[in-house]
Amino acid sequence: MNLRRACMGMLAVLMASLAVVAHAADEDNSSGVPMPVIPMGLGDSCVKDTDFMRRNHMDMLKHQREETMLKGIRVEQYSLKECISCHAVNGPDSTPVTVASPQHFCRSCHDYAAVSIDCFQCHASRPESGDSSAGHGLSSIFPTTQNVSGSQ
Amino acid sequence: MKPITYSEIKGNSSQFYALVALLAAFILSALACAYYMEHNGHVVTGMTNQIVWGMPHVFAIFLIVAASGALNVASIGTVFGKAIYKPLGRLSGLLAVALLLGGLVVLVLDLGRPDRLIVAMTHYNFKSIFAWNIFLYVGFMVIVAAYLWVQMERRMNRFTKTAGMVAFLWRLILTTGTGSIFGFLVAREAYDSAIMAPLFVAMSFSFGLAVYILVLLATYHGTGRDIGDVVIGKLGRLLGVFVAAVLYFTAVQHLANLYASEHIAVERFILMDGGIYTLLFWLGQVIIGGLLPLILVFRKTADSAGLKRAVTLASLLVIIGGFAQVYVIVIGGQAFPLSLFPGMEVSSSFHDGTISGYAPSLPEFGLGLGGVAFAGLIVLFGIKLLRFLPVSLAGSAIDPHHQLTAKGQ
Amino acid sequence: MSRKTKKSKLTETGNFDPSRRSFLGTMATAAGVTLAPGVVLYGITRSSSAKARALDAAASSEVRWGMLIDLGRCDDGCNDCVSACAKENGLRGFDRPETDAQWIRKVDISDPKTGSSKSLPVMCQHCEEPPCVDVCPTGASFKRADGIVLVDKHTCIGCRYCMIACPYKARSFVHEVLEDQKPHAPRGKGTVESCTLCVHRVDADQQPACVEACSDTGGGAMLFGDLNDPDSEISQRVAKYASQQIRADLGLNPGIRYRNL
Repeated sequence: MNLRRACMGMLAVLMASLAVVAHAADEDNSSGVPMPVIPMGLGDSCVKDTDFMRRNHMDMLKHQREETMLKGIRVEQYSLKECISCHAVNGPDSTPVTVASPQHFCRSCHDYAAVSIDCFQCHASRPESGDSSAGHGLSSIFPTTQNVSGSQ
Repeated sequence: MKPITYSEIKGNSSQFYALVALLAAFILSALACAYYMEHNGHVVTGMTNQIVWGMPHVFAIFLIVAASGALNVASIGTVFGKAIYKPLGRLSGLLAVALLLGGLVVLVLDLGRPDRLIVAMTHYNFKSIFAWNIFLYVGFMVIVAAYLWVQMERRMNRFTKTAGMVAFLWRLILTTGTGSIFGFLVAREAYDSAIMAPLFVAMSFSFGLAVYILVLLATYHGTGRDIGDVVIGKLGRLLGVFVAAVLYFTAVQHLANLYASEHIAVERFILMDGGIYTLLFWLGQVIIGGLLPLILVFRKTADSAGLKRAVTLASLLVIIGGFAQVYVIVIGGQAFPLSLFPGMEVSSSFHDGTISGYAPSLPEFGLGLGGVAFAGLIVLFGIKLLRFLPVSLAGSAIDPHHQLTAKGQ
Repeated sequence: MSRKTKKSKLTETGNFDPSRRSFLGTMATAAGVTLAPGVVLYGITRSSSAKARALDAAASSEVRWGMLIDLGRCDDGCNDCVSACAKENGLRGFDRPETDAQWIRKVDISDPKTGSSKSLPVMCQHCEEPPCVDVCPTGASFKRADGIVLVDKHTCIGCRYCMIACPYKARSFVHEVLEDQKPHAPRGKGTVESCTLCVHRVDADQQPACVEACSDTGGGAMLFGDLNDPDSEISQRVAKYASQQIRADLGLNPGIRYRNL
């Protein structure tokens, strides 16, 4: 009897939480967590298109790191240095921010998705100072209509 | 022999809950210590680039070695068919798993990157004895769990002998592997020796049994159950045999090293000049952990209470001596400098050629003690929830040759 | 070089002009002077980077990188290699010598029986049979095809077993949180590290930072090259002069060799 009641109770809780989640997903986010502000990178496009990168950048990074680390294959455009160089975001003092700042390119999305990354425990999270090709203006870190709609 | 009845302990007294709370407090503090070490980096510990394995590893290695030996009691009953040990087998299995888990938890939480445990469990370099050990430890837990199940599930009792044999062999391989973690290191003069493997096997028998005796006596005392002299006496004398075995292997290890002039320096360090290591070796390992327990268990005692006291004290001393031994092996072996240029005097900015100092820090102790507490909590929960403990271990209940007049034997 | 065709060059007056020969001579000399360094350079680079590989090609086992260090030229008080390594790889000290990372250090040795002493730089010896690679439980410590022994920090769990196993005490553990690492030399808390033979430079056809510093400002004691290439300077010197490895008795065949040890 007790087991049956416990099962019914758990089922009820499960249904209730599913309903809440479904309800939240339906909304147009006007009352939920704000969509992330993802700063634009340098140039016209990334090494692969945005949709591909959104889904697969983690696999790309993992594959690339093995190629570089274990075999010594260094393709400049796929290197992490190059990613960081193009995607550097300038802070208020016009120098690129590190991963400590929530405006860092990787954090802008990863904070929202609550997926922790530990790349920057070892890797530098901003281009080496003196690398003038990196980073870009302040305007990209302020939300524009384009950014807010998340249609990047 | 009458059939043995096992039962859970009641576990509803205030002392029980107090003990649970105490152990939980130690575990929580260990978690806090682990978080502190992981978050700030190992700079907050006493471990350095010279002494890379410290107090947590002393605790972990002791627990893991004892875990393998704790299963000995069950093996003697199952594999070697000694009737009196059979009722002791279930607790033996539980203790083995508990101690191993305690040791592994300490080891994992001390890693530089404990968040990469999944990596450790999915990327194996099978040339590494360390990787083999990880595999052996996990396998050990599975095998002991199966061994316990076939012991405790009446319909599976016919498989007990097979499970016991598998567990026994696995355990020997496991402890050989643990000893070989040190024995395979050609670079370190204190370690590079095949005898590390059998030494560790002997240590496991000794430490494991000592811990088992203490846990057995404590639980029976705490629950008011009977435990007869025949059991205590047998276990005590068995402990004496194992302690003698450890002394033997230690003697062989050092005597063999002393014969070769290339190893004289490290032997002089451990046996004479090493300060704390020399003290721990002679006083801790040899006297407290070796000679005193031998005297205690083989001396004739006046009565039951005297026997209990002697065996309890002997077990305690063996554990203290065991910690001293593991400390000398792990820390002392690292403190002695590497010999890059044999015969030359060496100095550098990276601590070449000097004996390295080590001052254990509080977080390291906290983590180590937490491992012990974790093992204790597993045993406590085990005996409360499942039937590990025989209702009575009095001579009349378990001794096939029980004599009503037997006393103090 | 355009070949100067022998055209009869008549002066305005139609007579033979002797300055033509000297003109030819000057042009030939100028051309020769322009080209000669290139020819020589071509010859040098061909022999020293005969195995130079493209940046996006894999390291190959046809190459074995090594070093030859001539202790006759290594000065007791000189630390140029150590400072260069620290600068190149972003090694920062935290004023705590027991836990500060050192990838290369100068070791002073003296013979108590004779009193003679010398000093030598010791770094990861990039063994052919590295004990650190054997003992690493996850395989993070590995030897690349071209002989460089590295730690894959993505897989390193920080167990420090390789540090105990290394006979040369070459490895360091990162004891603190690190920030602003050099992009070409990632390093982080909780992982083990050691001299990478400046793999990021070697892959780009450059020399390790210590070797460069030694030849620039130090005693010129360090030579880096391909031990598998019989024409490389290091192979020729190793064949010609006696050199030793540290703890050769362990049978690890390190890639770092020392002269006048």
